[in-house]
Amino acid sequence: MTPDALKQTVLDALVGVAPEIDRAQIRPDVPFRDQLDLDSMDMLNFMIALHKALQVDVPESDYRQMATLASCLAYLAGKLAAKTPAGPDRPR
Amino acid sequence: MSEFRMPVLGADMEAGTLVEWRRQPGETVTRGDIIAVVDTDKGAIEIEVFEDGVVDRLVVQPGTKVPVGTVLAVIRSAGGPAPAGVPAAAVAPAPPAPVVRPAPPVPAAPAAAVTPASPAARRRARELGIDLAGVRGTGPGGAVTLDDVVLAGASPAGEPAAAPVDRADGMRRAIAAAMARSKREIPHYYLATPIDVRGATAWLADENARRDVPDRLLLAVLLIKAVALGLRQVPELNGFWTDGAFVPGRGIHVGTAISLRGGGLVAPALHEADGKSLDVLMRELRDVVQRARTGTLRSSELADPTVTISNLGEQGVDEAFGIIYPPQVALVSVGRVVDRPWAADGRIEVRPVLTASLSADHRASDGHRGGLFLAAIDRLLQKPETL
Repeated sequence: MTPDALKQTVLDALVGVAPEIDRAQIRPDVPFRDQLDLDSMDMLNFMIALHKALQVDVPESDYRQMATLASCLAYLAGKLAAKTPAGPDRPR
Repeated sequence: MSEFRMPVLGADMEAGTLVEWRRQPGETVTRGDIIAVVDTDKGAIEIEVFEDGVVDRLVVQPGTKVPVGTVLAVIRSAGGPAPAGVPAAAVAPAPPAPVVRPAPPVPAAPAAAVTPASPAARRRARELGIDLAGVRGTGPGGAVTLDDVVLAGASPAGEPAAAPVDRADGMRRAIAAAMARSKREIPHYYLATPIDVRGATAWLADENARRDVPDRLLLAVLLIKAVALGLRQVPELNGFWTDGAFVPGRGIHVGTAISLRGGGLVAPALHEADGKSLDVLMRELRDVVQRARTGTLRSSELADPTVTISNLGEQGVDEAFGIIYPPQVALVSVGRVVDRPWAADGRIEVRPVLTASLSADHRASDGHRGGLFLAAIDRLLQKPETL
């Protein structure tokens, strides 16, 4: 997945959770919670949307790395890179 | 025969606009069926019927705004007599009444279908003079998002809205009226207790580590369940103060305050929360939060919470003392979880602690009982595996 496509997927997931978000206004280095007023339910729904779109399972202990758009993209890129060589998605 | 009226969906509602009929004359309805959609300051609400029967006639046409209590439709009770107007016993064998009256033509309504939309999208649409019905929604369930409205506003196709409703203003006024009434009428007393949640948070982390993302639990669900079980022990906090007396709630229906990002809040009920598993409560909470934000709650969710929880910890508040939502008699506020020095077993340790507080109506209960209730919540949260 290209960085642009990944960013698009992440933004789609965010807007799906909080439809009022104006995606052009999202600042990459400010925590989602602070700039978008997301609560823990929104964060969980965000993770669920990413899980659905990317088949990536983010453990709760890694939520800290998902706090901003920039850190979230870096984290997910790493996760995706780690799983690609392994072949098909692990069965669910 | 019974009259189906515009329901009161909370103490702060005065009127609603009938948006759509989901049942037509002659159709059978079963208790709990959604018969209509009504637009209120809290978004579009799906209205459920309270009895089994057959729709006899629809009195109010879509697009009409009427005060609460207005007869919207007439429903023939299941097995009851056909429309008569006089007690059945008083009449001689009547000519067979028409089982189905000719359905009155339902005029093409100005807003025949509800357009699910986030409050922020509604507000922007109003500012831009855009009719939401003409906007393609890309949000959850096809809901119109802020993005969609902005996009529609940029294109010349957007038609001006026929009758813009200032929902945010309406909600503000409704909250003002309910809260002013609460402070005018309800003699509140307030109690608070810090609760050690080391066990609860550790149990939750453990549990969630084992679960797939979609099945994970939030601390809020443990709190809701603990409050519901605590109310079993102190039932005088669960119910309503009506006509000068306490009326116990039929069931423990926990209203959960959900703030809407466009402003305002709603507190829909999780029904019979004391008897549901954490998994079920979590699923229902996710569903209701989603629907609150896209504006499609059901009438029973708004009309019958018997208590309310406000979880301001999400906003980083340490503790809060809320205002009771009349005619309820209690409101539980929960602050955020913070690490604090905590004395236990003769030692001081750092533990995650939250403050639970109770605002209660002194007409219905006394501080002593309120204290027992908070102590019960504390005790329950120490054994998360039993919730």
